[in-house]
Amino acid sequence: MNHWIIAPVILPALLAPFIVLVMRHDLTLQRIFSTIGTAVLAAISLVLLYTASTNPPEVYFLGNWPAPFGIVLVLDRLSAMMIALTAVLALMVQLYAVGSNWDARGNHFHALFQFQLMGLCGAFLTGDAFNLFVFFEVLLIASYGLMIHGGGAKRLKAGVQYVAYNLVGSTLFLFALATLYAVTGTLNMADMALKVAELPAGDAALLRVGAVLLLLVFAVKAALVPLQFWLPATYSFAPGVVAALFAVMTKVGAYAVIRVFTLIFPPETAATGMLFAYILLVSALITLALGAIGVLGATGMARLVAFAAIGSMGTLFIAVAQFTPLAMTAALYYLLHSTLATAILFLVADLVQDRRGNDSLRIALPPMAQHGLLAALFFGGAIAMAGMPPLSGFVGKLLVLDATRGDAMPLIWTTILVTSLITIIGFSRAGSQVFWKAHATATSQDRPETKPEALAFAMIFALLAALVALTVMAGPVTDWLADTSAELFDRTAYINAVLPTAKE
Amino acid sequence: MEFLVASAVGMMTACGIYLILRKRTFPVIVGLAMLTYAVNVFIFASGRLTIGLPPIITHNPEGYTDPLTQALVLTAIVISFGMTAVIVMMALGSFLETGDDNIGMEEDRETPAKPQEGAE
Repeated sequence: MNHWIIAPVILPALLAPFIVLVMRHDLTLQRIFSTIGTAVLAAISLVLLYTASTNPPEVYFLGNWPAPFGIVLVLDRLSAMMIALTAVLALMVQLYAVGSNWDARGNHFHALFQFQLMGLCGAFLTGDAFNLFVFFEVLLIASYGLMIHGGGAKRLKAGVQYVAYNLVGSTLFLFALATLYAVTGTLNMADMALKVAELPAGDAALLRVGAVLLLLVFAVKAALVPLQFWLPATYSFAPGVVAALFAVMTKVGAYAVIRVFTLIFPPETAATGMLFAYILLVSALITLALGAIGVLGATGMARLVAFAAIGSMGTLFIAVAQFTPLAMTAALYYLLHSTLATAILFLVADLVQDRRGNDSLRIALPPMAQHGLLAALFFGGAIAMAGMPPLSGFVGKLLVLDATRGDAMPLIWTTILVTSLITIIGFSRAGSQVFWKAHATATSQDRPETKPEALAFAMIFALLAALVALTVMAGPVTDWLADTSAELFDRTAYINAVLPTAKE
Repeated sequence: MEFLVASAVGMMTACGIYLILRKRTFPVIVGLAMLTYAVNVFIFASGRLTIGLPPIITHNPEGYTDPLTQALVLTAIVISFGMTAVIVMMALGSFLETGDDNIGMEEDRETPAKPQEGAE
């Protein structure tokens, strides 16, 4: 048994209380320990990524209890990829927080950050449905604290909404799990997959109810229409660095949908069939349209990026809803790309907000410090997000378009292409309002001189470099992702790893 | 007994949903608490309702009651208790900061007026 599998959960879980208890009065120590912790986490996650891509799925039995009775952690290619993405993004976001002094604007930023990482890594690793709920709660309770970091009336008010919305989501999650447990008698995902496949026809209705409830819960996390209302307010009022980390939070919903609806309820299940593919496709198309319209109508830069994030979830789920290996490869590539692109734009919006005093798109204000550099970074992020060449957004959308050639092709292609155009218009409007019109209002003496926060800018450039690498390495990356989606659709390897006795 | 438990879950869910649709934070929090009570009873019932049986496998011919759902309910209770405490604190903070306990974000709609005044 490979003990490194549990390290991404244990490491932040030990580090976070240590930071709270021992060094709560010393920000420098917190910064050093927390950054080293995240760097070690990133290193471990890359090692796990390498292990997962050379070996079949590996299982960690907690307390060495055999599978359907104890909790298991499963490391396969998908979970290894998600952990690596989270850890690398977290490291950059954390260095940005240090560089821009965001972590000094409130207490316990680093402890909450580590708890957040623990929840995220746990949710990606666990092979038990109820344990997934527990890790969702861990990452949510840390995100509540991070969301209101720095305080302020509006942020607190948006925070209360966010918590209330997610508490309803958690309750729904419990209803879904209890229904599924009542039908199948197990909570282990691999075991549940076997039980669902040989379920008597009389239980099919109850199973469908449970599965649709579960889909609703994940749709709340992934901000799919009609459950996306929490996202714009939360992301635009949250601190910029936290919003950038939250770029991976919507992907938790996407990961959960991909995991549960390929493993437990694949399209060939008799009781459910293509029901989820249909629901997801309709919802994803509307999500994409809503995101694009939101980008066009947003009143502030952070809000604009929040709507762009909703739109990217729409594109991602259009590909997921096809439930074919080819489309899943496109979805995973787009997932990697949209996480990084969203994070870049939130960090740029944060710097703009800091320098301008507000991020309103209705008024033109004089140029700010490092005006040209920020404009260039925004330009790069917007190109990636809107899906224009030469960055990975273009490759991602091309893959999605290529994978959706079917009966619904006219509708899907029209939606994706038209919304891309609307998104481009929205981003150019925002860019010209913030960066170009500024010169019209400028007078020679009112240009403030602020020293650039070197570390903060370096991290945005690092994220941009990651996007460029994703574009240049698109060939090898998609080959790797094709193997990943093949592993997802061939469930036997996963099930045999968790339940070695089920082979007979 | 099935009817009693089922109607209790239904009633509490209905009250909870009614309350979380209210405009002020206090009823919303009470509604969320109500929903968690409903789901706790629901989880408990998902292990089948039995009376007077031990939660361990024995040679007792009458069978046993499912111990797993009891463990799940305990976890759910602890988590929902913690979450309720968090939202109470945040609602209190928001009330003290803004002076009202309205759950909506009305200020959002007022902001457009200000820049226009500044521009003229």
